Amino acid sequence: MTEVKMKSLRDAYGQALAELGAENENIVVLDSDLSGSTRTSVFAARFPERFFNMGVAEQDMISTAAGLAAAGKIPFASTFAVFASGRAWDQVRQSVCMGRMNVKIVASHGGITVGEDGPTHQALEDIALMRVMPNISVIVPADAHETAAAVRAVAGIDGPFYIRTARDKFPVLLPEDFSFTPGKGTLLREGSDVAIVACGIMVSKALEAAELLSAEGISAAVVNMSTIKPLDEELTLSLAASAGAIVTAEEHSVIGGLGSAVAEVISENDPVPVVRVGMRAAVGSSGKPDELLNKFGMTTEMVVSAARKATGMKKEKAPGRSRTVLSG
Amino acid sequence: MQKTRDIGKLKEIAKNLRKDILRMLHTAGSGHTGGSLSAIDILATLYFSRMRHSPDPSFSGPRDRFILSKGHGAPALYAVLAESGYFDKKHLMTLRKMNSILSGHPYSPSTPGVEVCTGSLGQGLSIANGMAMALKLNKTDEKVFCMMGDGETQEGQVWEAAMTAAHYKLDNVTAFLDNNGLQIDGVVKDIMGIEPIGDKWRAFGWEVFEIDGHDFGQILDALDKADRTKGKPSLIWAHTVKGKGVSFMENKVGYHGKAPDKDELDRAMAELDAA
Repeated sequence: MTEVKMKSLRDAYGQALAELGAENENIVVLDSDLSGSTRTSVFAARFPERFFNMGVAEQDMISTAAGLAAAGKIPFASTFAVFASGRAWDQVRQSVCMGRMNVKIVASHGGITVGEDGPTHQALEDIALMRVMPNISVIVPADAHETAAAVRAVAGIDGPFYIRTARDKFPVLLPEDFSFTPGKGTLLREGSDVAIVACGIMVSKALEAAELLSAEGISAAVVNMSTIKPLDEELTLSLAASAGAIVTAEEHSVIGGLGSAVAEVISENDPVPVVRVGMRAAVGSSGKPDELLNKFGMTTEMVVSAARKATGMKKEKAPGRSRTVLSG
Repeated sequence: MQKTRDIGKLKEIAKNLRKDILRMLHTAGSGHTGGSLSAIDILATLYFSRMRHSPDPSFSGPRDRFILSKGHGAPALYAVLAESGYFDKKHLMTLRKMNSILSGHPYSPSTPGVEVCTGSLGQGLSIANGMAMALKLNKTDEKVFCMMGDGETQEGQVWEAAMTAAHYKLDNVTAFLDNNGLQIDGVVKDIMGIEPIGDKWRAFGWEVFEIDGHDFGQILDALDKADRTKGKPSLIWAHTVKGKGVSFMENKVGYHGKAPDKDELDRAMAELDAA
């Protein structure tokens, strides 16, 4: 296996944002006292007059961003995912989403890989909270290159976006010149027995799982479903048709995130087994990112066992076979 | 409509706007009467005397903005927008009804002239600040006006925004406090006291002008003073009367969220005509 290169998503965001700032003077940036962590500090250093530190006031930051957008600017507002989605939920809903304001919320420190800061700071509900709101698109990039590409893409599209980055470095999976199209999943590996639909850090684990599954004779497709809303329904349904079983994998609660989005589309159109890998415990704990991913079941091994379960369920449902006999 | 500083004309305009508000609320059968009537003299002054604005979407001249942070006062905003020509006055009688362009609270996608969505309280001043930051970056002298309720200042976000406006020296922001003293559950000072409210805003770095919010001379004068205030935002602390202009609605908590029935409408119209 080739050596895995690790790169920071938030570094990629900071760099892309500063480049965009040089290209377009309508780009403005807001942060709420976390610019060093979210990496908006790179933009702030280059364009201080277009950077607004709002202090520890996330609600004010989001509504202020809506005002900047209403007057023609392209605001990027950043803080930790837990604050962007939770603390400022009503401001995102009313000030930004309802009026379809051109605000880009890029939140760092998503998921359990926040690590040592512990349960209060681990956003495991942000995708669910953002996905349910009107007009907003939700993107969880898989690596640094996709992060940069997504930030560039959304800057040029009118309307609200939520992009989740991370504290930890993630393995690089995509080429540096990756071209990002919101709403489109990327098939990273072909497979015919089961399709693993993943986002964020779990995409690299899904690829590892597919390799392990292939050794047991299970052919697994892997999709990077970085846009969770609007979900790539066409790709999702084509996977259901070709593989007949789906596994979802995300660094997020199994309630309301990617797994739910996929299950909604599958169950309404072409019911096949969907097994979700994600956070099943009520809350996380302090620890190192890898320790936490292991403890809470967001691992390569969990994806493998979910794939076995999903393919098994598919066989149970095969025509001419009695489910009662098999489950007995 | 031609802009005017003629107080007699403004009084006449406001009287007719009050009648529009009462008629639309009666037809809707629900809505916020008291707070619309306490705010309307200030809105009339802004839209017909002070703000540079136009209902023409192609208007490219300097444009001042208004945010009704106390979104439940929507009938007052709709009345001035219709009178200004943003939409036909016939729409006023569709307030709160299915398929109307006039939602119960301001909803920008459906109503020409409404800048943003408001109603969940406390967000409007932050939005006004954002607009003001953008206008300063654009180096224009365009201004942003915002109106808050007194009960609304119980929201924490209001004070985050108050800090922001002072910190960024947003002297192109002028906020009105519609201090009618009542909120849904009763008298503001009994529910959650906000005094000393003028001192609070001063302490947050604002220039404060205390006025009678139904005296057009004082409203115009305070706006002129706010205009001349540099380096800090201005708050026009307007003492108002909830239900102003209709004797049996004035200072009555019961008219916060209640529309007039037919009898009340007739009596109110007669009073306004006689005034």
